[in-house]
Amino acid sequence: MSLDKLEINNLLDTLEASLRQTVAQRGLANPLMVGIRTGGVWVAEELHRRLGIAAPVGLLDISFYRDDFSQIGMYPNVKPSQLPPNIEGRDIILVDDVFYTGRTARAALNEIFDYGRPRQVVLAVLIERLGKQIPISPDCVGRNIALSPEQRVKLSYPPLAIQIESQGRP
Amino acid sequence: MIALQLTTEGRLKHFLTVEGLSRNLLTEILDTAESFVGGPGQPIKKVPLLRGKTIVNLFFENSTRTRTTFELAAKRLSADVLNMSIATSSTAKGESLLDTIRNLEAMFVDMFVVRHNISGSAHFIAQHTAPHISVINAGDGQHAHPTQAMLDMFTIRQIKPDFAKLRVAIIGDILHSRVARSQIQALNTLGAAEVRVIAPKTLLPTHVESLGVSVCHSLTEGLKDIDVIIMLRLQKERMASALLPSEAEYFKCFGLTESKLKIAKTDAIVMHPGPINRGVEIESSVADGPQSVILRQVSNGIAVRMAILSMAMQPQGGG
Repeated sequence: MSLDKLEINNLLDTLEASLRQTVAQRGLANPLMVGIRTGGVWVAEELHRRLGIAAPVGLLDISFYRDDFSQIGMYPNVKPSQLPPNIEGRDIILVDDVFYTGRTARAALNEIFDYGRPRQVVLAVLIERLGKQIPISPDCVGRNIALSPEQRVKLSYPPLAIQIESQGRP
Repeated sequence: MIALQLTTEGRLKHFLTVEGLSRNLLTEILDTAESFVGGPGQPIKKVPLLRGKTIVNLFFENSTRTRTTFELAAKRLSADVLNMSIATSSTAKGESLLDTIRNLEAMFVDMFVVRHNISGSAHFIAQHTAPHISVINAGDGQHAHPTQAMLDMFTIRQIKPDFAKLRVAIIGDILHSRVARSQIQALNTLGAAEVRVIAPKTLLPTHVESLGVSVCHSLTEGLKDIDVIIMLRLQKERMASALLPSEAEYFKCFGLTESKLKIAKTDAIVMHPGPINRGVEIESSVADGPQSVILRQVSNGIAVRMAILSMAMQPQGGG
């Protein structure tokens, strides 16, 4: 499936609109935008520019917080997370590229709460695909799609582009 | 020995010696350690990676730095840690080493970190322990101290990233030093331009060249063109026979002073695995001077040991 059809800019427009609405509804003040490495950071940077947020994008590498260490082991090339030292009472917009099982979002929330207690967290994702396994859902979504389990969404950057790949392909 | 350390997929299972490990694996250890370091001067964050795992520090020999940094590393990974100083425990009552191990296994531990004054002890435990348990060598006799070597490599790489350009001098009691042996293996595997040992003949093992080093018996000659200076502690407690005339004589010939330091490259760094004997192998003003990275080595010990603990604790048998 060619994701040119998904037209990345349309997805970003939808996500931006939804996010603006949520920011207003929930009264987010001086929000901190945090991207989950790697794809989430790219999306966060784009949204950060569109929303004109002052504070720089925070980076989160959730590899050490995953729940599959005992099945899979270490992830290579883990980079340090970069969050402001004090996120106590802050409003956070957590951004990822794809929401699937919900486990990444769970790990990200755990890591964020190790840094402090934010006032609220909004989860924004470019794509939500069916298959969630835990009771966590995104607040703002660029687009919902249904994919079969062997398919995976792959982002590349720059420029931001999406492709759907079928696993098992060389 | 090499096969014992790795799983069939080539992953680290035990960490007993640097010898025979590939450059890729050593680099993977350094890269993983890098990911635990938050930033310059920042404390290392606690992560939940090894939650529910139990690590036993099994120390048959005294140690402050190594044991405490292993303990901190395990705690930063959220593992539970037991510290056992065996001199004060069951073996004193006559229990054999393997019985001690069996008893600890029965307490569902996942890893042993072993320090022992007899070479090969960590291998012995790795061979005889239950298959799911990993063993990390925290120093065995005069054989190896691989985690110390890796934290030294990490410290060197932080400051001088290209090993291929580096001339490294290891100075002092090579004969008794497990640290030197592991450092030489690591430096050669990582492709250092030259590893030079500088010591009196009585403190060098026979055929030391076969380790892949050049040899020099004079500090003033040997320090020329050197980028990294590694001082070793004069191991008085292992110095049974009269290998040296006196400590004062040793300091005069092989002690690193400010004036001798000037012979090396101007940006050379000074390292020491500790504990240092001030005025025996190193002058205080050098140990505390601007070129010294001795305390940085200690800090780096935590991240490097976190990397090794978590890599060895990975699930076995693929996945």
